[in-house]
Amino acid sequence: MIRYTSLGAKLWATAVWVIVGFFVLNLLAMIATVVVNSFATRWLGTWLPAAFTTRWYASAWDEFQLLDVLIVTMEVVGAVVLLSGLLGVPAAYAMARREFPGKQLVMLLILLPLLVPPITFGIPLATVLYKAGAAGTIWGVILANLVPTVPFVILIMIPFIQQIDPRVEAAARVFGAGTLRMFIHVLVPLLAPGILAALLLVLVRTIAMFELTFLTAGPTSQTLVVALYYAVFAAGVRAGQSIDAMAVVYMVTTLLWLLIALRFVNPTQIVTRAKREAH
Amino acid sequence: MRSEAGVLISGQVPLRVRLAQRGLDGVTLLVLPAVLFIVGLFIYPFVYGLVLSFEPKEGGWLANYAKFFADPYLYTTIGKTLWLAVPVTVLNVLVSIPIALRVRLMRRQRLLTTILVVPITLGTVLVAEGLLNYLGPRGWLNRVILTIGFSDSPVRLIHNYWGVFMSLVITGFPFTFLLTLSYITGIDPSLEQAGAMLGARARQRFREIMLPLLFPGLVITFCLSFVQAFSVFPSAVLLGAPAGDTRVISIAAYQAAFEDYDYSMASAIAMIMAFVQVLIVAALLGLQNAFYRGPAGGGKG
Repeated sequence: MIRYTSLGAKLWATAVWVIVGFFVLNLLAMIATVVVNSFATRWLGTWLPAAFTTRWYASAWDEFQLLDVLIVTMEVVGAVVLLSGLLGVPAAYAMARREFPGKQLVMLLILLPLLVPPITFGIPLATVLYKAGAAGTIWGVILANLVPTVPFVILIMIPFIQQIDPRVEAAARVFGAGTLRMFIHVLVPLLAPGILAALLLVLVRTIAMFELTFLTAGPTSQTLVVALYYAVFAAGVRAGQSIDAMAVVYMVTTLLWLLIALRFVNPTQIVTRAKREAH
Repeated sequence: MRSEAGVLISGQVPLRVRLAQRGLDGVTLLVLPAVLFIVGLFIYPFVYGLVLSFEPKEGGWLANYAKFFADPYLYTTIGKTLWLAVPVTVLNVLVSIPIALRVRLMRRQRLLTTILVVPITLGTVLVAEGLLNYLGPRGWLNRVILTIGFSDSPVRLIHNYWGVFMSLVITGFPFTFLLTLSYITGIDPSLEQAGAMLGARARQRFREIMLPLLFPGLVITFCLSFVQAFSVFPSAVLLGAPAGDTRVISIAAYQAAFEDYDYSMASAIAMIMAFVQVLIVAALLGLQNAFYRGPAGGGKG
C-alpha cells in the first residue's frame, strides 16, 4: 500500500474529500427539503416551516388518485419483472453455454437498447405502439419497459451462468432430464441468487423509468414517476406540499426496493453491468 | 456433440448433428424469444422511424430534415443540448478521476457508493422536484448564500441553464464516478507500487502508469455519460427554460410528436438526435485509436 505523507499529498486528499462531502451534503439537503416541505403547514422564507402537519399526505392521496397510480405501477413493474425474467434468463443461458455463428451480432443486438438512451428510441417506439393501438394501454407501457430490461437481465445473468459447472447439467442430462426439466430442477435453484439480484434491479429501474412510460402511457396507465412529472409540470395548480407528499411516497417506494436490492448486489453493479460485457 | 463428430465425420451426417457441431441446437434456440423481442420492439421501430422520417406530411422526401435545418427554433436545439451536455460531462469525468483514485484506497467504499446510487435510482424527475425547492429563491441554498452575505438578493438558479446543469451533475456525477471507480479498481495495484518503488512521484505515477491504463475506460465512461446528458428531458422541462436556453433536442422531438402530432417530423428529430450521439461517440473512439496505442486492459481487469 502506498502511503501519502507529504504536505501536498495531504492537502490534495483533503480537497478531494471536501468535494465529495460538498456533493453528498447538497444531495441530502435536496432530499431533506422535499421531505420537510411535505410535512410543512407554511414555509416561506425561513429555515424551517412554521408548523408541521401530515394532512398533505391525505390530500395528495385523493388529489392524485395515488391508490390507482400505485396499483398501475405495481402491475407494470410486476409484469415487466416476470416477463424480462422469462425472456432474459433462457437467452442468457444460450449465450453463456453455446458458441454459434452470429453470436457477436446477437451480443450487439442485446447491448444496443442499453446504450441508446430511452428518449431516442422511445419516440419511434411510441409511434409504432400508437399505430398498433397498444400505446395508452398498460400493455403498451409494459412492452416499452421491457425493451431495456430484457437485455439488462441477459447481461447480468451471463456471468452467473458461466460460473456454474457444466458437469452439473451434463449429469442431469445423463439422468434423462430434458432442457425444460433441467431448467426447473437444476438451473433455477442454482441460479436463484443471480435471478433474484437481476430481477430486483429490474424492479428498481422500472419504478424509476420515466421516459419510456411517459411516451407510451395514457391517462389510466401512468406509473408513479409519470404522475409525479405531471404534478410538477402543472405546479401552481396544487399546493407544493401536496406534490412533495407524492414525491415522498415515490421516494419511499423506490428506496425501499433499492435497500432490498442492495442486500443482494453491490451498488456499482447498478451502473457497470452493461459496460463489463461491452468488450 | 464432440465424440459423435469423430464417428460420423465420413458417413452421412444428419442435419441435426451438423447443426449441433456449429453450436446450433435446442439450447441455442433459447436465445430466439429475446432476439425476436428486441428485433420487434427496438430494431423495427428504429427502421420504421427512419423510413417515416422520409415520408413527411408535405413536401419531398427530405422535407423534414430541410425544415429542421432551416428553422432556428429547431436547429438551435442541437447547439443548446451540446452546450449543456459537453461541459457537464467534462466536469463529471474530470472530478471523478481524482476522487475515484482516492476512494479506491478506502476500505469501506460501500457507504459512499450506496449514497451515490440514490440519485441515480431516484431519477431525474425527483431530482428536478427536489432542486426546484432546494435551489429556489426561498430554498436552503439561497438562505445560506444570503446568510453568508455572498449576495444581497437570492441568486436565480432555477428555470434557467444552471438549474438543468446542476440536475445533470446530481444524477450524472454518481454515474460517471461509479463507472470510473470500476475501471480504476480493475487496474492491478502492484503496477503502481512498482512505479513507487522505482522512485516515481505521485504525479509521475499518475501520468506514466495510471492514466495510460485508465484511458480506454475513461473514453467509454465519457461516451456513456455524454449520451445520457445529451438525452436530458424531464429536468430541462421542469428546471430549465424549455422555450429558451434549455430547449434541448428531446423537447423538440417530444413537441413534434405529442403536441403537433407530426410523427414523421418527430421521427426525423429522433434520428438527428441519434446521429449526433453516434457522431460524437465515433469521433471520441476514433481519437482514442489515433492517439493511444497499447494494451487495452490494465492487468487483472
